[in-house]
Amino acid sequence: MSSFTLLVTSAPYSSQSAYSAYRFALAAVELKHHIKGIFFYQDGTLNGSALQLMASDEFDLHNAWKKISAAHNIPLLVCVSAATKRGIINANDAEDCDQVHHSLSDEFQSVGLGDLAILLANSDRLVQF
Amino acid sequence: MALAMSNFGQDVSLFFIEDGVLQLIKQQTSHKIQHKAYHKTFGALTIYDIDNIYVCQQSLLERGLTATDLTIAVTLIEPDQLSALIAKNDQVMVF
Repeated sequence: MSSFTLLVTSAPYSSQSAYSAYRFALAAVELKHHIKGIFFYQDGTLNGSALQLMASDEFDLHNAWKKISAAHNIPLLVCVSAATKRGIINANDAEDCDQVHHSLSDEFQSVGLGDLAILLANSDRLVQF
Repeated sequence: MALAMSNFGQDVSLFFIEDGVLQLIKQQTSHKIQHKAYHKTFGALTIYDIDNIYVCQQSLLERGLTATDLTIAVTLIEPDQLSALIAKNDQVMVF
């Protein structure tokens, strides 16, 4: 058994990368490996948007992140500064900045890079997508 | 990222390869394109005890640059040294 941190720097649907990250996470937990956390950075933060509406016959990656997180107790972490400049903000930050809307799903946490450092310190391997 | 990792006790090495070397150019007037003078923050690396800063000599050469064009002191490496140096690190991120 190994422990992994996943670093997702790719937007959903723009390329295969974010989907590959999800498939990797799924394969890892099926083989009883431990995913310590999934950290979304740069364009990867767009994975946290709750406002993604998928066609019913297409794979809903956002929902898949939420399900695997809940099923295997995997934290979904979004870099707050990378996310905010891309319009991915949680309810608290939206309120603080007098924004009418927020977009980050409740299942994702807004955190700093220090949280990635802590994940790395507790993981055997980092895999970037 | 490097500063944050170092701040949390990670032993960080930085590698600048291919177009990545352009980030280190001393003469940048980033305000003319409405950007922050990001290159000036490289000076903070040594303050954060990040001393392993490697730059690919070949990448500099291909872009008409030398070490004297760069904003900080770096260690120049040849492409064939790269994989051995990266292998010394437990975890690798690519940007």
